[in-house]
Amino acid sequence: MTKFFNKRAPYLFVSPAILLLLMFSIIPILIAFVISFTDMSLNGLADFSLIKFVGVANYVKVFQDPIFVKALGNTVFYVIIGVPLVIVCSLGLALLINFGQNKVFSFFRLVFYSPSITNVVAVAVVWAYLYNPQFGLFNYLLKLIGLQPVPWLQDPIVAKISLILLALWRAIGVNMIIFLAALQGIPKAYYEAAELDGANARQRLFHITIPMLKFATFFVSVTTLIGWIQFFEEPFVMTQGGPLDSTTSLALFIYRNGFQLSKFGYAAAGSFVLFVIIILVTLLQFRIQRKQEETEL
Amino acid sequence: MKEKTVGQKWIVGVILAILGLIFILPLVWMILSSFKTESELFTIPPTVFPKHFTWDNFNKLFTSFNFAQYLKNTLIIVLFSFFGMFLNAMAAYGFAKFKFKGKNFLFFIVLATMMIPGQVTMIPVYLIMNSLGLTNTMAGIILPGLVGAFGIFLFRQFISTISTEILEAARLDGASEWFIFWHIVIPICKPILAVQGILTFIAGWNSFLWPLIMANDDKYYTLSVGLSLLKGQYASNYALQMAGSTFMVVPIIIIFMMFQKYILQGFNVSGMK
Repeated sequence: MTKFFNKRAPYLFVSPAILLLLMFSIIPILIAFVISFTDMSLNGLADFSLIKFVGVANYVKVFQDPIFVKALGNTVFYVIIGVPLVIVCSLGLALLINFGQNKVFSFFRLVFYSPSITNVVAVAVVWAYLYNPQFGLFNYLLKLIGLQPVPWLQDPIVAKISLILLALWRAIGVNMIIFLAALQGIPKAYYEAAELDGANARQRLFHITIPMLKFATFFVSVTTLIGWIQFFEEPFVMTQGGPLDSTTSLALFIYRNGFQLSKFGYAAAGSFVLFVIIILVTLLQFRIQRKQEETEL
Repeated sequence: MKEKTVGQKWIVGVILAILGLIFILPLVWMILSSFKTESELFTIPPTVFPKHFTWDNFNKLFTSFNFAQYLKNTLIIVLFSFFGMFLNAMAAYGFAKFKFKGKNFLFFIVLATMMIPGQVTMIPVYLIMNSLGLTNTMAGIILPGLVGAFGIFLFRQFISTISTEILEAARLDGASEWFIFWHIVIPICKPILAVQGILTFIAGWNSFLWPLIMANDDKYYTLSVGLSLLKGQYASNYALQMAGSTFMVVPIIIIFMMFQKYILQGFNVSGMK
């Protein structure tokens, strides 16, 4: 028995995980691809013979769907505003925290990290309360310093920014830690040499620190970008995509069509569009990264 | 290198303190509000500390709502995700320390699944679960998230550094492969197990989207799903919502504070340097 097991050990070790991944990741992507060319819906779920092959109709329809186009625009908005904000804020905080290396500063590390482990639904509920136009804390604080109340979740543009603020608050912690780890990996000798040559603090930042953080910045921007393209929970819990679909993201559009309207084929087509966008954007980033390395050599 | 002056440190410290206060303000406000009465939340100007300190909101979660059941379901998910973590470690051991046919191909498949966004797989996985009759069951909620490529990858990185000689010595002594895994590899893996264990706990505790899709029935809701429902149905009862949020967030913060050393080190273990 033991001998039988030992001979096949590697297969027995990897097979549970491989089977689960096959079943819930690899096979599903094939199924998604097939049903994106069908009119699969609740009827089709009950009786497979009712499913009709519709060719690329779903893909054509999805680009003519005004809500999809709007969701695409919103997602672009989230990415363009959100990704740079995350990078700049987490890098800025990492630099500040890296400035002093004592107990107080490592305590700050904990403070800024804590939002990122909180439950997204719970904090979305909390922020929806903070954003309340009449009784929310934010408008009250604005009034205290003599500013006008802000329609946090009521105005189409402001609502998007409000959701970004919440997501930014949650995203900073992890990325800050990544930047901190990278900062601590920069050899001190570089700074000492620069100082001997008379470089000031600004020059040291732009000519040593930031170039040395290239890999960390690349990693943070790729993961952040992919995350923001899939932006979902914040609009789902806080605004349900409103007002007038001005906060609906692509992921929310797919969820709604798939699970609230049961248009599985249509939603699958939408999800493939999302997938292709992610792949293209990631490839583009890798190319930019490589270009930059080449020009430096 | 010139020493940073004490004055500069103070300035940076004060800036960080102000930013830090802004950062934890939402969480502090959440906790304070959860102990206020419903009507107190609607007073203008708002009170900072509860005027009539009350546990009522928390009681209501368990009496008027099914939060005890949600908590139980969430803990079941957490428990099984720990089991999933061991499946990850097992697969990682297989990939790290054995040569076998198809190994590279299989590992490529594992890595490829990391690229696939959840939005693409959620619909077909739902259809698969539906045809297996597993929608609206605990198994349907747990199975798809049990293993993860990222976990396998991190474990493999770590296990690769274990010296093969130790394993060979055990093999010569007649130890079975399972014994070697369980009594040699797993104990050595302690540092990464700590990191992965905490992350697994947090992910399980926070699981939302998949349980939301799978469960049609109150009886299978997780805390997150229950809370989002509560927000939908009692949109203006902020006191209750804050109690629900506090109940979800505070345990995680406490666990994080206890184990923060491991979590923050984890970024170094995973080679993020």
